[in-house]
Parts: sequence; C-alpha cells; structure tokens
Amino acid sequence: MLPEVIASFIVGVFLFVYAILGAIDFGSSFWSMYYLRRHTEAGVIANRFLSPTWEVTNTFLVLLVVSFVSFFPKAAFTLGTVLLVPVSIVLILISLRSAFMVFAYSVQSYQQTLRIISGIAGFFIPILLISALPVTQGPFIGIKNGVETLLTTKWLTSASTYYYMLFGLTSELFLSSLFLADYAKEAGKEETYRVYRKKAIIVGPVTLVSAILTLLVLEPEAKWLLDNLFDQVEWFVLSILFYLIGYSSLWWPDARSDSTGKPRVAVLLIVVQYMIASYAYASAHMPYIVYPYMTITTGFTGEVTFRALFWVYVVGLAVLVPGFYLFWRLFLKDRRYLRQEE
Amino acid sequence: MDQTTITRAFFGTSLAFHIIFATLAVGISFMILVSEIIYQRTKDKDYELMAKRWTKAFAILLGVGIPSGTIVGVQLTLLWPGFMKIVGQVISIPFQIEIFAFFLEALFMSIYVYAADRLSGKMRVLSVFFVSVGATASATLITSANTWMNTPAGFDMYADGTIKNVNTWAAFFNPSYGWAAFHVAISAFMAGAFAIASVSAYRYLKTPTQERKVLAFHRKSLFVSLVVGFVMSAITALSGHGSAQGLYEHSPEKLAAAEGLFKTQRYAPLSIGGYTDPTTHEVKYDIEIPYALSILAGNWPSTEVKGLYEFPEETWPPFYVHTLFNIMVGIGMLLLALSFIALAYWWFFHHKKQRAFPNWLVWILVASGPLAMLGIEFGWIFSCSGRQPWTIYGFQRTSEAATKAAHVGNLFVLFGFLYLLLSVLVVAVMRIYFKRNPLAKELAKRGDGHVT
Repeated sequence: MLPEVIASFIVGVFLFVYAILGAIDFGSSFWSMYYLRRHTEAGVIANRFLSPTWEVTNTFLVLLVVSFVSFFPKAAFTLGTVLLVPVSIVLILISLRSAFMVFAYSVQSYQQTLRIISGIAGFFIPILLISALPVTQGPFIGIKNGVETLLTTKWLTSASTYYYMLFGLTSELFLSSLFLADYAKEAGKEETYRVYRKKAIIVGPVTLVSAILTLLVLEPEAKWLLDNLFDQVEWFVLSILFYLIGYSSLWWPDARSDSTGKPRVAVLLIVVQYMIASYAYASAHMPYIVYPYMTITTGFTGEVTFRALFWVYVVGLAVLVPGFYLFWRLFLKDRRYLRQEE
Repeated sequence: MDQTTITRAFFGTSLAFHIIFATLAVGISFMILVSEIIYQRTKDKDYELMAKRWTKAFAILLGVGIPSGTIVGVQLTLLWPGFMKIVGQVISIPFQIEIFAFFLEALFMSIYVYAADRLSGKMRVLSVFFVSVGATASATLITSANTWMNTPAGFDMYADGTIKNVNTWAAFFNPSYGWAAFHVAISAFMAGAFAIASVSAYRYLKTPTQERKVLAFHRKSLFVSLVVGFVMSAITALSGHGSAQGLYEHSPEKLAAAEGLFKTQRYAPLSIGGYTDPTTHEVKYDIEIPYALSILAGNWPSTEVKGLYEFPEETWPPFYVHTLFNIMVGIGMLLLALSFIALAYWWFFHHKKQRAFPNWLVWILVASGPLAMLGIEFGWIFSCSGRQPWTIYGFQRTSEAATKAAHVGNLFVLFGFLYLLLSVLVVAVMRIYFKRNPLAKELAKRGDGHVT
C-alpha cells in the first residue's frame, strides 16, 4: 500500500475517534446543563462522566490536528488558510467550555452559571466543527489575490452547510444520550437510564434522516462526491442495517433487571454504524483532501518523515495503552466511582 | 501594522499567555511530586495536605493551561501555515511525541485528582510522577522545534522551496537542542518552586502568631520550595551558561546582538545594562567587564567573538534583544542570590539560634514567584526576537511564514479579550476556592489543627 494511503487511514481513524468521543463529550456537557434543574440526577451522572474524561478527549483533538499537519503539511497549509476564522471561533468556544467546566468543579457556588455556559458552548462546538466538512468539497473556496479564501457568504447561505450542521447536532445528542443511558445503567441508576433512553429513542430516527439528507443535498460543485457516494451504496445499506439492529436493542429484554433495553449493545452497534458510514464517506472523498486543490499525494509529507512518524505512533500507543486501561477501569468500570452519592 | 507584525504580535500574545500556565504545570507538578515523596518517607501529614492543596491549585491552572495549549497548537497552523508546511516535512516528530507526553499527563492527572482516594500510597506517587514526566517531556520536546528554528538541521532546501534529503532525527537533535531543553525544564522547576515560595511567604506573613499549626505548615512549604528553588536556580544558571556557549558556537549573530557587539574581537568585554545605540553602534550606559565575554563564550580570554558586522545588516536582530537578555540573566542571578541568602539565614539564625525569619526577608521572597515568571517570559521573547527576521534561521523569513488570510487583526482582539477574561477568572476562582477551604479548616478536619 502507498504510504500516503496508510497515512490518510491513520488520520481518518483519529478523526473518527475524536468525532465519536467529542460527540459524547460535548453532548454530555449539554445534557448536564439541560438537566440542571429538570432532573438533577441525570445532570449529576453526565457530570460524573465528564469530570475525569474531558481532558483526555481534548487531547485527541490536539492529536488529530498534529497528525494531520505532520502527515499532510501542504494540505494543512491550504486548510489552515481557508479555515482561519471558523476554527478560531471553535477554539474560543472550546477554551471557554474547558475553563468553565474546571472552574465549576472547583467553585461549587457558581456551578449553575458555569455549567450553563459550558453547556451552551458544548452544544455549538460539534455543529461548527462539522461545518468544515462541506468546505473540503470545494464549492466554498475561491482564489483572492493568489490566496485560497473561504467564500463566507456562500458557505453560510448554503443549504448543504446547514444539513451538515443538523447532522452534527443530532449525532451529538444521539450518541451522548445513548452513552449516558449505558453509563447510568452501569451505575445502577435505573431512573436516569430511562430518562436518557427516552431521549435516544426520540433523537435516533431524526439523526438517520438528517444523515441521509446531508449526503444527498450537496452543492452543484460537489457533484463529484455524490457520484462517488453512489459507488459506495452497499456500505451505506450495511450501515443502516446496523442502525436498525442497534436502535431496536433499546427494546430488547434485559435478563438481569426488569427494565427494557440493552444500552451497551446499542452503543456498540451504533458506533459500528458510524464507522461503516464514515469509511464509505471517506472512500468517496478520496483522493481529495480539499477538492480540487489538494489530494493525499500532493499534500503528503514525504516518505522519510512518514516512516519515522509511523514508528513513533506504534511505540507511543503501546506505551499509552496500559494508561488508557487503568483510566477505563477507574472511571468507567469501578462501581465505587460510578455509584458514589453526592 | 503590516500583516506579519500583527501575526507576530497575535501569536506572541498567545504564547506569552500559555507559557505562564505551561511553566507552572511543569514546576508545580514537580513540587507535588517532591511533597508526596517527603510525605511517604516522613509520614508527616502536613506534606500530604500540601500536595493536596497544590494539586487543587494545579487543577485550576490546568483549566486554562489545557485550552491555551490547544489554542497555541492549532494556531501554529492557522497563523504560520508557511512555517508548518516545512515543519510537517522535516520536524514533526517532537510535536508527535509531545502529544503522547500530553496524553500521559492528562490521563494520570485525572487519575491522581479524581481517584486519589482509591489509590495506594505508592500508586499515588507513581501517578503524580507520570504527570510530572508528561509535563516536563512536553516542554522539552516542544523546545526541540524551537531550537531547530534557531539552528536548523536535517534537510536541504532548493531555491523553489522544495525540501529534500530529510533526516528527521538530525532535525530533532539539532545542534542547540541539548542545553536548551535542559535549561527550559530546569528553569520551569525553578519557577514552580518560587511560585510556591511566594504564596507560602505571603500566607506566612498574613497568619496571626497564635495559629501555630498554620504557621508551621507555611514554614515547611516555604522551606521546601526555597531548597528546590535554590538548587534549580543554580542548575538554571549552569544550563544557561551552556546555552550561551551554544549561541557562541551555533548562533553567533544572536549572541552578538544580545551583547551589542559589533566588531569581531578577541578579549571581548561583557556588557551589562544600558542600551544599544542604533546610530553609533555601541552600547551606552552599560557596565563593561573586560575579557568576560570571551571567557564566558570560549573559556579563555583570547577567544574570538564574532560581531554584528560579520553579517549583512538587513538580517540583524532588533537591538532591544540586548535588554531582554540582560533582564533574563539578571533575574536568574537575583533569584539564585535571594534563595541562597534566605537559606543561609535559615541555617545560621533559625536552625542554630531558633530565631524567627525577619519579615523584610519574607517580603522579598513574596516577589520571587512573579520574578521567576518574568525571567522565563523574557527568556522566550529573547530567543524568538533574537532570531528575527527569520522564522527558520537562514531558510525562511517570518514574512514568508505568516498567513495571508484576512481578519487576523480582528481575531487578535477577540483572543485578547479571551485571555483577559480567563486571567481574571482563574485568579477569582483561586481566591474563592482557597477562601472557602482555608488551611485552618483543613487542618481541623484532619483532627489536629489549631482553630481560633
């Protein structure tokens, strides 16, 4: 396999991991705000998950950016220039959210205000992040004075952009409510589980519809992508199949307790669904990183650096795996942490 | 202002803001490790509480340090796309390893903070050790990219800008890397120690004399931080000397600008203070120490030191780097002297004659933390201004690296407000938290405190 294909696969995996973790992370922030007064325990559960994990999730964002710049520095040049303003706004929101979340944990008395601000920021971040995707399809980039520039008005008035945003929003809410349903069940909070299960049941179908709309409603300049997407149709069918089974598992009987639904199965199957769909989408996008300006070949770093980077990844991940395992055991598995009373 | 200047001012502000939190993260995590180890050895519960309270402060600082680090990391690509285009081809390795160090820090930080009550003593020390290792490694790895900008290595560049013959590891371990990385890590330990010394000294002065347990606590933390501060400032001076000799060998133009030296000469004098006059090309109102520069640069008075006339005038660094360099070195020396005097006083009057620390000395110690931080800021500004007009010395000018996109100025204003807001908030949160959880209360909760 060509090194640039391996590199794009690695970056793609990081992008996928961050998209899923980020959706759960920012979504939990939103639910923690949403249930602040309505259902305190649901808010507490969301917060208990967030406190130790947001830092690690945030690190994945930096990992994604650094690996993209390292493997595709020339493509980073183009995207960095085009996306200066939108990415800067996302950075400001991320900073406010992280800071306010930490402050809320430290200063209990202002917790409500701080949680509301970080919840609102968390709500908007995924929407803004995903709105960068249609930019890479080409229709919103023009050349001004020899510099590639974002056509802001066209970008912000295009229906396609808003379908992407809608898809980002629904995915965020769907994935996070599913995850928190499972997390609540693991913690033995039956009532909270039902609260999040209900939300997942409502948001689930909306997510699927918005995903299909997002793929079909594209700018005329992005017709190349649509043609390629039709070549991947069997993958999308498979992904919908996983969605249907995953969604239905929210009604499967659970032998251990008297409640309905197997949230763990649902989370896993839905993540697999996203994985298949993302793979199909990415394949259709190939070989372009930014259409038609950058492909994975023209944006690539070069073989020597690639090889060194590759081994750094192998060693680095091998060193970190025990750390991740310990982390998972302490915060996602340990009943003493999950079931503590406030 | 032109685009390049605005971009420099913008990114400089982001870095100056982030460096405060990054340095404190490295320094304070090291201090937490020290107090955890002392606690495990002596079983004196004051040190356990110290580690706990410092961790609280550390966690609040991270609330700004992590987002500001994310900002700097992403802004590199946003504001300097031309620079990152070359970085990505030549020296992405340290950035990449730095991410893993960052992961290590983030993972074990969460474990140390949120699972402390479920960890054994040894596991606690081990987690905070990993936090400290992660933070320090991040700092030294990122320094590699910086020293590579000063002394580029590991690639060839053709006239059309294409890069060939990349040797990633030669770029990583570029000529000025070793001393500089050492200097950065140790000076961060120093700054962390003096930050703690500042707070301890201030609290010590503000505690009424009848609260003896509280006083004893502050005295202990002041002593620990002074010892660490003294040792680290001594090593900082040593590594700074190594870095300066590195300048002599690999970046003579920068050294010449730092010293305001124009004519190449043997028996070069060291010039302290004053300013470089741009018209007469000499340093005015300074103190000259004969031969000292030659001795410092090459260990011998007859060492020849290159002056600025050796280089084309259009690539001279700005003359104010002489002042930046002086302030950095001056603060370092001052801190070394201050901590030495304090410890000597401690030994002769406190330890031997049981006499209390005089208030004037403690008041001076209150200033040590902010001073250390200023020293570090000036050091970084010196390192980066002294390289101008280059981003990658001899290869890429800053104007070629800067973004060509619009709205940089507007974003600068926006981020300026963000940094201001976060600074105000982090101070407010610190104050509120430690007011709600005063030391006396936590000592009392432990069961042996003296409450008035």
